[in-house]
Amino acid sequence: MSILVNRHTKVICQGFTGKHGTFHSEQALAYGTQLVGGVTPGKGGKEHLGLPVFDTVEQAVKKTGATASVIYVPAGYAADAIFEAADAGIELIVCITEGIPTLDMVRIKRALRATKVRLIGPNCPGIITPDECKIGIMPGAIHKPGKIGVVSRSGTLTYEAVAQTTAVGLGQTTCIGIGGDPVKGMNFVDVLELFWADEATKGVLLIGEIGGQDEQEAAEYIAHQYKKGSRKPVVSFIAGMTAPSGRRMGHAGAIIAGAGASAAEKVEVLRKAGVQIAISPAELGSEMAKALQGTANLN
Amino acid sequence: MNIHEYQAKSILADYGIPIPRGKVAYTVEESLKVVSDLGGALWVVKAQIHAGGRGKAGGVILCRSVEEVRHAAQKLLGSQLITHQTGSKGQEVKRLYIEQGCDIARELYLSLVVDRVHQCLSFIASEAGGVDIEEVSAKTPQKILTFQIDPASGIQPYHGRKLMYGLGLPEKAATQVAQLAQGLYQLFQEKDASLIEINPLVITKAGDLVALDAKMTFDDNGLFRHPEIEELRDEDEEDASEIEANRQGLSYVKLDGNIGCMVNGAGLAMATMDIIKLNGASPANFLDVGGGASRDKVSAAFKLILADANVEAILINIFGGIMRCDTIAEGIIAAAKEVRLTVPMVVRLQGTNEKEGKQILKESSLTIISADDLGEAAVKVAQAVREAA
Repeated sequence: MSILVNRHTKVICQGFTGKHGTFHSEQALAYGTQLVGGVTPGKGGKEHLGLPVFDTVEQAVKKTGATASVIYVPAGYAADAIFEAADAGIELIVCITEGIPTLDMVRIKRALRATKVRLIGPNCPGIITPDECKIGIMPGAIHKPGKIGVVSRSGTLTYEAVAQTTAVGLGQTTCIGIGGDPVKGMNFVDVLELFWADEATKGVLLIGEIGGQDEQEAAEYIAHQYKKGSRKPVVSFIAGMTAPSGRRMGHAGAIIAGAGASAAEKVEVLRKAGVQIAISPAELGSEMAKALQGTANLN
Repeated sequence: MNIHEYQAKSILADYGIPIPRGKVAYTVEESLKVVSDLGGALWVVKAQIHAGGRGKAGGVILCRSVEEVRHAAQKLLGSQLITHQTGSKGQEVKRLYIEQGCDIARELYLSLVVDRVHQCLSFIASEAGGVDIEEVSAKTPQKILTFQIDPASGIQPYHGRKLMYGLGLPEKAATQVAQLAQGLYQLFQEKDASLIEINPLVITKAGDLVALDAKMTFDDNGLFRHPEIEELRDEDEEDASEIEANRQGLSYVKLDGNIGCMVNGAGLAMATMDIIKLNGASPANFLDVGGGASRDKVSAAFKLILADANVEAILINIFGGIMRCDTIAEGIIAAAKEVRLTVPMVVRLQGTNEKEGKQILKESSLTIISADDLGEAAVKVAQAVREAA
C-alpha cells in the first residue's frame, strides 16, 4: 500500500518540453511512472519523449485521463500553472519550482481551500511510491518498497532519510517532500493523516527544520492520535540546531523568527507528544528501526 | 531584502501614509542643508542602518539647534553603531535621515506580516508602541491585537474598525486608521513585501496619526517583478561574501566556527552544521550549492569557503540526486588546484554516479579524507581539526 500515488496513477507534466521537464520526465519514465503526456502552450499536437504534447491542461486531462500533474515551469509562471491544473480537474498537483513569490502562494492556498485538490510543494523534491510511481526530482535508486512513511521539508535531507531506512532494511511506503517555503500546499498534518490511515505504513519519519510552527501542529496531531490509542511510531529530526537567529538558511521558510521557530523548541514539543527524536542526522534509519522494535515489544 | 528607514518612509508616503517631513544626508554639510530646508526648531537625526535597536544604541539624536545637528551628524557619520541586532562589530553609519520633530501624545504599534500559521497576511497592533514588540508579547500578551485578512475579500472597512476599537483611538485618529491600514495592505500586495512594521505609530498632540519609524522587508522571490525595489538595495549593509555567493547562485551564511562546509540542499546543509557540532567542532558557514550545481559553481563555493581565514578544515557533503557526484568531484579538483589547499578536506559523496566521483578523487593528486556516510564524515572532520591544532 501507499498514499496518494501508485502504479495506476496517470501523470502529466507542465513545462514538459523545457530542460528540467524533459530531464525529469525521462527519469520518471525510466522509473516506471505512468507519465501519459505533457503540456507546453504552443507545442500542442507535437510529440515529446514519445508522448503527446498539449496546449492546455484541460486538453491533456480530457485526452489522457491524468489525475496528477507535475510542474517544472519557471517561478514567474508557476502560480498560473497551478491554477490551470486545479481548474482542469487535476487532483494531485506536485510543484517542483523554486522561488515562487509568497503572495502568489497565499492566493493559491486560499483558492484551493474550497476544492479537493491536493498540492505538494512548491520548492520540493516531489512524491514517490517506491517501484511504482516517481513524481519529482528525487534519485529513484535509493528507494525500496517497505513500511516507513517519510515526510520532510527538505530535499536532500529527505534522500538521506530514505537512504538510511533503505540501508537498515525497512524501506518506504511513500515519501513526500512538502517543500521549504513558508506558504505551501500539503503540510505535515495533511500527510500524517494519510500515513495514519495507511495500514502498510508502520512508522513515520518526519524531517523538520527551523522556522514556522508546522512541527508544533504535527506534534499536536500525533499526541491526539496517541491519546486515542492509535499508535504509530514517529521518529523526527529537526535541522538547524546550530542555525543563528534571524538569518535565512537557504529555504525561504528556514529562518528563526518569533516564538517556537527554533529547532530546540520544536524538538521539545515533539518529544512531549511522544515522538522519538533523532539527535544526529546520521541516525535516522537506526532510530526508526529502534522505534519499530519498541512497538513490536509492546504488542 | 531589507531597506533603510528613509526608503521605507518614502514608499509609505506614496501610499498616502503620513510621515514626518525629512530628508537623507550623507555628510555633515548636507545635514545642515536639510535642516535649513526643513525649518522648524526641533529635529531628529537618525542613523540609517538596517539593524533594529538604533534608538537604544544612541543612533537617534533629538536636536534643538543647528549646532546640535552638526554635533549629532559628526558623531554618527562614520561611526560603528552597535545594536542588539548588529553583532559585536557593529555597522558603519554612512547615511543619516533628518526629520522634523513631532509632538507625541501616544505611541502605538502596527505591522502587517505574512502569517505562516494561517497562510495569509495578518495585522499585528498594540497600544504599547515604541518598545520591543516581542517584549510586549511576552509580558503583556493582552495588549497585542492580531487578525487575519482573507486573501479572497482583501482588506475591508471593518478591519479599520477592528483597529480603531482595539487600540481605543480618539476620533480623528480613528477615521485615519482605516485608510492607513488600506494603504499598508495595498503596498504589501503591490510590492511583494514580507514585513511592514511601523513602530511607533504615533498620535500627535494635534490628534493625527504619523508613522514615526518604519521597517520594510521584501520577499526575495518577488524581487524579479520589482526592479524599483531591487534598486534600493544597499550592499554596504550586507556581508560581502554573502553578496558574492548570491551572484554565483549559492546560498551562503557566514558563521563563527572553523569547519568550512559545502553541501547540496538547505536542509542537509543545516543538518551537516548540526552534526559537526555534535562531534565537538564548530561550522564556519552554511553553504548550499543548490540542486543543479555546475563545475563552476562548485569551484566558486570552494573559493568562498577558503577565503574565510577561520577555516581549519573542510567538509564536503553531497547527496547526489540531480547533481552527479562525478561533476562535483571534477569541480573540487579544479578549485583545489586553483587555490592552493592547505587545510585537511573530508569528502562524502553519495548518490548518482557515486563510484565515478570517488574514483576521480582517488586518482587526483589531492590529499582527501574520504567518508562513506554522514556520521563518518563528521567524525573524521572533527578529528582533522583536533589533530591540526
